Amino acid sequence: MFKLEEISKVYRVGTFGGKELRAVSHVSFEIGKGEVISLIGESGSGKSTIGKMMLQLTPITSGKITFKGTPVSGLKGAALKEYYRHVQGVFQDPFSSYNPIFKADRVFENVREQFFPTVDDARWDEKLRESLRGVGLNPDQVLNKFPHQLSGGQLQRLLIARALLLDVEFLVADEIISMLDASTRIDVLNLLADLKARGLSILFITHDLSLGYYISERAVILFKGYVVEMGSTDRIFSTPLHPYTRMLMASVPRLDKKWAEVEKEVRPEESQVEELPAGYTFFDPEVAREIGGSGHRPQPVLVEVEQDHLVACFEPGDIPPTA
Amino acid sequence: MSLKVDNLRVYYQTLQGPVRALDGVTFMVEDGEIMGLAGESGCGKSTLGYSLIRLTSRMRYIAGQVELDGKVVPIWNDKEMNPFRYKQVSIIPQYAMSAMNPTRKIGRMTAELLKSRGISYKRTLPEFKRRLDLVGLSENVLEMYPIELSGGMKQRMVMVLSTLLDPSLLIADEVTSALDVASQKAVSQMLVEFRNRGFVKSMIVITHDISILYQIADTIMIMYAGQLSEKAPTEEIINSPRHPYTKMLISSLPKVGVKYSEKKLSGIPGKPPSLLNPPSGCRFRHRCPAAFDKCVEDPPFIEIDEGHFVSCWAVFQEEGLDIDQVPAEEGPPGAQILEEALAKHV
Repeated sequence: MFKLEEISKVYRVGTFGGKELRAVSHVSFEIGKGEVISLIGESGSGKSTIGKMMLQLTPITSGKITFKGTPVSGLKGAALKEYYRHVQGVFQDPFSSYNPIFKADRVFENVREQFFPTVDDARWDEKLRESLRGVGLNPDQVLNKFPHQLSGGQLQRLLIARALLLDVEFLVADEIISMLDASTRIDVLNLLADLKARGLSILFITHDLSLGYYISERAVILFKGYVVEMGSTDRIFSTPLHPYTRMLMASVPRLDKKWAEVEKEVRPEESQVEELPAGYTFFDPEVAREIGGSGHRPQPVLVEVEQDHLVACFEPGDIPPTA
Repeated sequence: MSLKVDNLRVYYQTLQGPVRALDGVTFMVEDGEIMGLAGESGCGKSTLGYSLIRLTSRMRYIAGQVELDGKVVPIWNDKEMNPFRYKQVSIIPQYAMSAMNPTRKIGRMTAELLKSRGISYKRTLPEFKRRLDLVGLSENVLEMYPIELSGGMKQRMVMVLSTLLDPSLLIADEVTSALDVASQKAVSQMLVEFRNRGFVKSMIVITHDISILYQIADTIMIMYAGQLSEKAPTEEIINSPRHPYTKMLISSLPKVGVKYSEKKLSGIPGKPPSLLNPPSGCRFRHRCPAAFDKCVEDPPFIEIDEGHFVSCWAVFQEEGLDIDQVPAEEGPPGAQILEEALAKHV
């Protein structure tokens, strides 16, 4: 459904934009209908930038994003509005997504003005209530309230309900539960999984491996703007290959195993080069930058080591023998 | 016995009335113990941490006593607290990133800090350098401004500074929350190392991330709505919790290896009560599946097993206690005492 081809994002930073900051480099992946993909990375890995580019909130520097075969970047006016009818985003901080001096349900009025100007009051009310029930909220408890009267979980679900009012087929969920309390966050996560069962596709952006594992069949691991490993969540978690993924697995605090135990299993310091085709080595963004300088940098190739498990590599010859 | 807190109450003064953020907590931290303190936002865990070192302008000491190494800590008096701070009780604040003076080089800032405690910088310097080395910072940082350090480096710098005078008790408030996973692990393991080397005697690690506590804490204490729910050795809290809130909280956390399609987790319905006018009795009872008529009384925090404290009538019953013989927790002080305490701010 969604296809990202070699997309990059370069920000101009420094005085007069003299420096380049590559937030996302040559990222490609696809998301099918009814699929949840986890985009996992630490802060600064470019995961939110990818979500923003898919939502057309920031322009793409190079590469192409297509939604059902139509390039996304050129959309304007009516076509863009039509796009937003199908593709919506929900973000990290539910408290700042609302204007505190207006009632929370004002977000629905905006949708009505933009997309359903001809629907009469009675039918709109019915549609709204149905959408709220769809996200597990009691309409009478949340309508006509100010944002501060509702919990973070309720606010976040209102935003999802807002997206569901449209004919949403794709949802970008950017760290949507990280600001919620532990006792309520799992409910929002379950809601996403239920929506997926109803055919919605979701890009689930997170820094938390266990959340990614819980909800998605496939995962993309991002490091400094590059995809370093992707494929089936089970395979990546059971046999992480790229040194960065292995470091990540070994560092994330877990509730089932202590760090020492995980280190023994994952052995982050041991290289797994023997898994790769001859001459290939694991891709390292730092090495790529050193070799390439400001000019042409070697790009990672994704090698399929087993079915539905790809890892980023340098091809033979990418690294000069002296390096 | 390092820290002993007895029936401590600290409220926030607001225009709507007192917010009872810390309402009668009683617990102990042994020498050498790393105690994790966890709970949802607004449960009073940071309030507890701060009240042991410095009450902010809106916090009011209401009742209770804090003892450290057998000495009463005068937390209600800002001035009398001064000799205790940094030497006896120290804190790594939540925003360590902005805890250092940006206009001073780190060496000079440290010298000023030590001077304010009447301690010679020169004589402390060799030990200071040794500890910087231990956390992987070179002594060049002494000639740097805080802005020149990365987030993880600043965090480690503040850790060394906070513990430089070997305090008896260290409060670490959400120290890992803003870091990436590799630094998170390094900083957490350093906390343990500091305890092992005796830089601090005991530690209270405050965080909302229970999995970090599982990795480093000896015991974990769970708070709910300004009161204590349960305290027990780490393995017990995680693998065999007793309090209904702890049970539901732990079981709602996704673990690596748990998938929605195989095992659906569930959260806790409802939300915590407002602490402005909290309900009497057990504060969790409106969300609790095990609640019964006794729960309108406030359950005391009782040791049901060695080192395992719980405050829940249902658990007491399971333990075979005659709940009619167990006295309920004391209520908050009467209106007049409360008013006087709220008006007083030293």
